[in-house]
Amino acid sequence: MNNRKKIIGVSHLVKKFGNFTANDDLNFEVFKGEIFGFLGANGAGKTTAIKILCGLSSPTSGTVMVAGWDVGKFPDRVKERIGYMSQRFSLYNDLTVKENFRFYGGIYGLSASAIKERTAYFLKKLEMEQTRDVVLSKIPLGWKQKLAFSVAIMHDPQVVFLDEPTGGVDPITRRQFWELIYETAHQGTTVFVTTHYMDEAEYCERVSIMAEGRIVALGTPAQMKENYNARTMNEVFVKIAR
Amino acid sequence: MRKLLYILQKEFTQVFRDKAMLPIIFIVPVMQLLVLSYTATFEIKQVRLVVVDHDHTPESRALITKFSGSSFYKVTDQVEQYDRAADLIKRGKADQFIVIEPQFARNLVIEQNANIQVITDAINGSAASLMSAYAISIIGDYNREIIVGMTPLAGQALPISVQPSFWYNPELNYITYMVPGILVLLVTIIGLFLGSMNLVKEKEIGTIEQINVTPIKKYQFIAGKLIPFWVIANVDLAIGLLLAFFVFNIPVIGSVGLLFGVASIYLVAILSIGLVISTLANTMQQAMFISWFFLVIFILMSGLFTPIESMPHWAQILDYANPVAYFIKINRMIMLKGSGWSDIQSEVVILAGYAVLLFTFSIWRYRKTV
Amino acid sequence: MWAFIKKEFFHIFRDYRSMVILFGMPVVMVLLFGFAITNDINNARVGILDHSKDVVTREIIQKLLSSGYFKLEAYLESNEEIRRLFEQGRVKEVVVFEPDFARKMEERRGASVQVILDASEPNTANMLSSYTTGIINTYTLRHMKQQMKIPVSIQVESRMMYNPEAKSVYMFVPGVITILLMLVSAMMTSISITREKEQGTMEALLVSPLRPVQIILGKVVPYVLLSFINLIVILLLARYVFLMPVQGSLPLLLGESLLFIMMSLALGILISTVSKTQQQAMLLSMFALMLPTILLSGFIFPVENMPLILQWISHLMPSKWFIVIVKSIMLKGTGLAYFWKETLIILVMTLFFVGLSVKKFKIRLG
Repeated sequence: MNNRKKIIGVSHLVKKFGNFTANDDLNFEVFKGEIFGFLGANGAGKTTAIKILCGLSSPTSGTVMVAGWDVGKFPDRVKERIGYMSQRFSLYNDLTVKENFRFYGGIYGLSASAIKERTAYFLKKLEMEQTRDVVLSKIPLGWKQKLAFSVAIMHDPQVVFLDEPTGGVDPITRRQFWELIYETAHQGTTVFVTTHYMDEAEYCERVSIMAEGRIVALGTPAQMKENYNARTMNEVFVKIAR
Repeated sequence: MRKLLYILQKEFTQVFRDKAMLPIIFIVPVMQLLVLSYTATFEIKQVRLVVVDHDHTPESRALITKFSGSSFYKVTDQVEQYDRAADLIKRGKADQFIVIEPQFARNLVIEQNANIQVITDAINGSAASLMSAYAISIIGDYNREIIVGMTPLAGQALPISVQPSFWYNPELNYITYMVPGILVLLVTIIGLFLGSMNLVKEKEIGTIEQINVTPIKKYQFIAGKLIPFWVIANVDLAIGLLLAFFVFNIPVIGSVGLLFGVASIYLVAILSIGLVISTLANTMQQAMFISWFFLVIFILMSGLFTPIESMPHWAQILDYANPVAYFIKINRMIMLKGSGWSDIQSEVVILAGYAVLLFTFSIWRYRKTV
Repeated sequence: MWAFIKKEFFHIFRDYRSMVILFGMPVVMVLLFGFAITNDINNARVGILDHSKDVVTREIIQKLLSSGYFKLEAYLESNEEIRRLFEQGRVKEVVVFEPDFARKMEERRGASVQVILDASEPNTANMLSSYTTGIINTYTLRHMKQQMKIPVSIQVESRMMYNPEAKSVYMFVPGVITILLMLVSAMMTSISITREKEQGTMEALLVSPLRPVQIILGKVVPYVLLSFINLIVILLLARYVFLMPVQGSLPLLLGESLLFIMMSLALGILISTVSKTQQQAMLLSMFALMLPTILLSGFIFPVENMPLILQWISHLMPSKWFIVIVKSIMLKGTGLAYFWKETLIILVMTLFFVGLSVKKFKIRLG
């Protein structure tokens, strides 16, 4: 593991909102090509941390290195190298599939030919070529989530952040979605994912579990199950959350 | 620069795809121009006059004829009692009444001093002042005619004659005056509302977050939000100018190029105000209320409906910060008088200053972090 | 039921920006109209070109400048300067005295004064022209009386009814009241109900044990109160800042206002039943309610001068009738006998809109 390249390095990250401490001294590292699960109950501080990692919010103290750059100091350098898919659906409902690809490709600075080529590639992979000129509002949610993921990795980022990507999606589509995640990680893109589904946690290479602003457990799913003497990640989670 | 083009492409696609937007952008302004031009008028065409004639002599009838002969007056009623006339005003059936005293003719000839009362419904204060001035001037005319009639010597001419001449708008056509101002109003409404709604919309649906994790520069994003509506507002202005020419027969006497040049600077300022509002608001409802609030103040104080010179000094000082006032003044000067660059340069420089300041401020106010 | 109304209040007051505007708007509007916006003309800048420079012209100039209507901008030297001055927008009027003015007047050869006006502002030009003419004519009459010993004169006593000082604010206060009642009642309710629809919370309310009537009442009660607060604020401002008391019966005014508020609320509910999104509700209220209310109600612009077709349309505006009522009570101090017809019209409109929105609402439920 340690010979792999470090993509995310978080040390002593603290984020306070007035008196409330949302993130209390977080320390962890994530490596190239890894699928890193970022778990925790609602309000544990996951979304705050992910926003800091993406440069949407700045830490109160501590350093956060993403893709070789300090997020606090060079947010735009980091943003060029990451992809992000938020829990709120983030593509434009009033644009067609093609137009969404073109817009996001464009603002990441891809050339016109690259945009064309990447759009064709993803649509073929998702078997959605026929939806190219369909306005997004007419496409079912599961498909839209897969499109949003494709758009997030369109510019070949070093790491992609997925904030509850499979919320409200049916089991079959969730499965397909995780196949996409595996494929992406296999090609060398680090995947940083938050989720509420504990079966999904099993798919991750390593997971961290947050509670009350702190990371209370960190390791591979197998290690955790052993440490907490549990059969499933769900049991682990319930034990920790108590 | 290439990134900006992609943003513009996306914004234009969205605007033109929204079926509700197109009528708002292109039909509503046309309606506004047509309807407002006819409605926004303080001009008083006809005063409904009631006469209380206590005298009933040829002299009093001559005076009444003088009123009914004036195109400004319509004598709607003749009553015998003061109270009857006052009641007609109370009921809103008349605007003004005159009371001719008993013995009017006798007093005029023998005492050489007669009295007439003019009572005006003054709820609309400014109209009342004008109505009163008209009545007094008609009675004054009548008085002079009597004088001339009594002294054949004075005969042909009065010692001083006043000759008014109305430049730039000889027929005193009110629409000619209003149209340039309404054109400004129309591009201002479009610019302020669309500018303030658009960014908030992305906040409400959540796409703003996705934009914020991209390496896009703040100025690129803000410029991408500004330029489409800047183009649309300029197109609206062009449509408005064509309507002004073909429907109302009001050509631009000055330079059309100069007009669009100033409009372009002005629109940057207005759209930037809209963008600043949208960085302050969280929902479209809020954005709309804030825009409405500023719009009402800007327009009421702009000199569109009431002359700026009549406002108290402090209000005129406040107006130095009102971009709408500058552009209405400039637009009227260019369209109606043909004023050139040298006549308007100081106003344009101030507008340009506002545009730069507000645009910079809107970029600064827009935060990519939360 | 009470809990529900409380929840609505909470929703409204939590949005403090809208609150500030909702309560700030009437104050700012009344103050602006009262202090800043006026049609009266004073201190209009004038240029004077005196080719004669004698006793008479100096006297006339003195009379013009001391009238309060004019402020001297410049003495001109030649006819060529006139156009420049107008183009720069420095003056509204130029008064030109011909050479040998006094002598021509004495010899009664008709000394002429030319008054040139910037008629790109026709209203102002018209008023300035009649003021100038009036001042000079008065001078002439007096001169005739003194020099020619012809003392005939008619004394005109002019009285301004209901508004002795002809202040603009008298005219605007009833209009501002009308607009704000309309804004708060119709626009706010339509947006707030549509928002519940958009966010799906309306469904939740509809399946609750509350009856539809209760839901609508719960939505509407807070806005009735808000409207009343606004009304009171405006009346207090009018009374204590502009010394413009309510001449007629205050309870009658409040009663009529309640009727108008009901009418606006019914309109707001109607709008919310036909629009799908907040934005649509907003635009509908804006273009179907606010603009016509401002333009065609006689609030600022007298309806009598508009083209006939617009006058007909204005009869359909509830606000037009309401403004007549407010003016009658506040300024003329008249009672119901004078405006029962207007009241009846608003009452009929209210019933019509209530009926229509109930029908629409039922269709949507069914």
